[in-house]
Amino acid sequence: MKEAVFHVYRGDAKGGALQEYKVKVEEGMVVLDAIHRIQAESAPDLAVRWNCKAAKCGSCSAEVNGKPKLMCKTRLDAMPLDRPVTVRPMRSFPVIKDLVSDVKWNYEVNKKIPAFTPKKDAEWRWKQEDIDRVQEFRKCIECFLCQNVCHVIREHDEKARFAGPRFFVRVAGLETHPMDSLNRTKLLKDSMGIGYCNITKCCTEVCPEDIHITDNAIIPLKERVVDDHYDPVIKVIRLVTGKK
Amino acid sequence: MSVRFESHDVDVLVIGAGGAGLRAAIEASAMGARVGVVCKSLLGKAHTVMAEGGVAAALAHVDPKDSWKVHFRDTMLGGKMLNHWRMAQLHAQEAPERVRELERWGAVFDRTGDGRILQRNFGGHSSPRLAHVGDRTGLEMIRTLQDHGVHQGLEVYMECTVSKLLLDGGRVIGAFAYWRETGRFVVFRAKSVVLATGGIGKAYKVTSNSWEYTGDGHALAYEAGAELIDMEFVQFHPTGMVWPPGVHGILVTEAVRGEGGVLRNSTGERFMERYDPKRMELSTRDMVARAIYTEVKEGRGSPHGGAFLDISHKPAELVKKKLPSMYHQFLELADVDITKGPMEVGPTTHYIMGGVRVDPDTGASTLPGLYAAGETSGGMHGANRLGGNSLSDLLVFGRRAGMGAAEAAKKIPGHAELDPAQIEAAEREMLAPFERRGGPSPYEVHAKLQETMQSLVGIFRVEADLRKAIDEIAALAREAERITVTGAREFNPGWHLARDLRSMLLCSEAVARSALLRKESRGGHARLDYPNPDPELGKKNSVARREGGAMSVTQAPLPEMPAELRAIVDADLELVKV
Repeated sequence: MKEAVFHVYRGDAKGGALQEYKVKVEEGMVVLDAIHRIQAESAPDLAVRWNCKAAKCGSCSAEVNGKPKLMCKTRLDAMPLDRPVTVRPMRSFPVIKDLVSDVKWNYEVNKKIPAFTPKKDAEWRWKQEDIDRVQEFRKCIECFLCQNVCHVIREHDEKARFAGPRFFVRVAGLETHPMDSLNRTKLLKDSMGIGYCNITKCCTEVCPEDIHITDNAIIPLKERVVDDHYDPVIKVIRLVTGKK
Repeated sequence: MSVRFESHDVDVLVIGAGGAGLRAAIEASAMGARVGVVCKSLLGKAHTVMAEGGVAAALAHVDPKDSWKVHFRDTMLGGKMLNHWRMAQLHAQEAPERVRELERWGAVFDRTGDGRILQRNFGGHSSPRLAHVGDRTGLEMIRTLQDHGVHQGLEVYMECTVSKLLLDGGRVIGAFAYWRETGRFVVFRAKSVVLATGGIGKAYKVTSNSWEYTGDGHALAYEAGAELIDMEFVQFHPTGMVWPPGVHGILVTEAVRGEGGVLRNSTGERFMERYDPKRMELSTRDMVARAIYTEVKEGRGSPHGGAFLDISHKPAELVKKKLPSMYHQFLELADVDITKGPMEVGPTTHYIMGGVRVDPDTGASTLPGLYAAGETSGGMHGANRLGGNSLSDLLVFGRRAGMGAAEAAKKIPGHAELDPAQIEAAEREMLAPFERRGGPSPYEVHAKLQETMQSLVGIFRVEADLRKAIDEIAALAREAERITVTGAREFNPGWHLARDLRSMLLCSEAVARSALLRKESRGGHARLDYPNPDPELGKKNSVARREGGAMSVTQAPLPEMPAELRAIVDADLELVKV
């Protein structure tokens, strides 16, 4: 049986280093399988998050050979195994231990977004075509890989002023819901800092759910912000018609 | 009370943040209770997220003749009449409103042509009944509940594991837990506690369940003195992935069959014709699982030991639209394009019908102060659960348990004093594996337990195997007492597993003992030595409880169904479906 060499980050908030482990490679094996094997065979305290093992829960995000990935769907046979496979925690969040990073900030951001607020007395009927887009946004599994690669967070650490792609996707899902009655453009402009995004599409590239984050969520939201807060004509029309 | 640990006071403590836990928490909170939710993973990652096919509710959008009565009848017949009739009734009656409520909270279900919630076919349901979102219904539900709950002021304790319930006499008054991140202990005082920790699948080797599914709630309840019922009824889902090895057991949604997928063996035969010619692929899960198992055993399996499941005769666009995650799962993990060729599938441990005995209306267990909902509770699904009835179960009974717990909490003026001796014992128990030297690793003992349960307490059971399993589980429990954990207390999965393993051992013992006692075949419990149902045993629940230091399993009469409900079950389908 083939063997692969893994360099896995071991450490905590105080610091750490890559540690080497050898793993027997089975057919169809993914990085998470290798991590589990390392746990069972040589490092029982190796910390890692995972749940579904089928790319549905978004728990096992990490950086594999420098690329942000879900470990459960990163196949070893798609990687060069003649050199070590490196596995590190997501870089944009503080390390708790080994591959586990502190993602609590995301949950705090989420709390600030006003919930779905349905229109009063409306009929709950809509066509499938009207919600295809909403459903695209609702596919998000909260792996936070988009947050991890967004340079506003990764390079500039603007967590205090910027919500990140994940939460623009969430707001897009609310704003385009046929029944929602709120307008969240002020929030997007002010506390969520959507203006900081300069549409480099890094988030879209890493999304394991293939959500077109930049084109379908962020750009239309930016347009709404501009219309509501910088375009006086549309602002008046919206005020008069009551359309959001 | 001990001041050495971080402590929190709540009215209602909910353990588990899947669908049932969140729905319970939302309800309790809406009733004015101060609610704490403790969960082992991050919020939104619970096993509900893995549910794919849909939530069963007689909305009658696709089949106008569907009604709660038909749903009730299907559920009772699917459960081989072992269900608690009152649970099946409440479930069928309330599921439609619970689904509509989710929609009002922001869930976006697929639509019918006239713009209403679309429903799809599933095994054992006599009408298209499952509201769904492609094949990611569970994600939609958990996200909706999560986002709704966040705004209700729930206090969420993420990545925190409860290791012991704390008692005052015979009443549950709190819980002892540890933070996974720091390994520090935390104590909760609560007026009532709701268990919603899901199932026990991780006791088996081939399972669709995540690491969290270690039977914590079942074990906590049992240890505290509550009763568990019908633990022998484990559901083996007919279609899990069988290849590659790393994904063996991962769920392949029943929606593949609901959308028209067919099962074939290695000779190309649609073998369900021999097992259930009327319902074919949409037979109940227990039947289809045994059929696939038998085909493989008799030498007609696929190359990796399963059956072929094929949906490629349907238009590729439809498959990608209705089964997107199956499409990606097979393409990315197994190199199979399901729009072009068949998948290989085989049975996988999926769900436990048995669980904490509860009062149907309030979710109250047999122990004061303790409630249970969802997979952790027993009775609703009888001997076999219909697909889609779990997502509806957790909404209906999550809400009811939350209500029951909050109502009870209102009547209790203040928190009871915790007993320092119990807390110290809980602490000692958690720290012991660090202090021992030279014992086995938790991973090793876990692997052995999985082997035992898989090979001796699986789809087909026989007395000699079950006796052997009970002995092996006892030996493993002794081995578990010697487990050594290395490393520090901060986020140490080996240590976490050492604790979870104790719950798995307990649940495994309950499954094996209940299975030994039930000398018949019914639903998810198939005995080679008793291949037929026994009408007398069809009137009995298995009841496991702690007596002294040992587990006692007895059989007790089922609650009696009122005549008007009995008439619904006994009548021809055509007469109910009007």
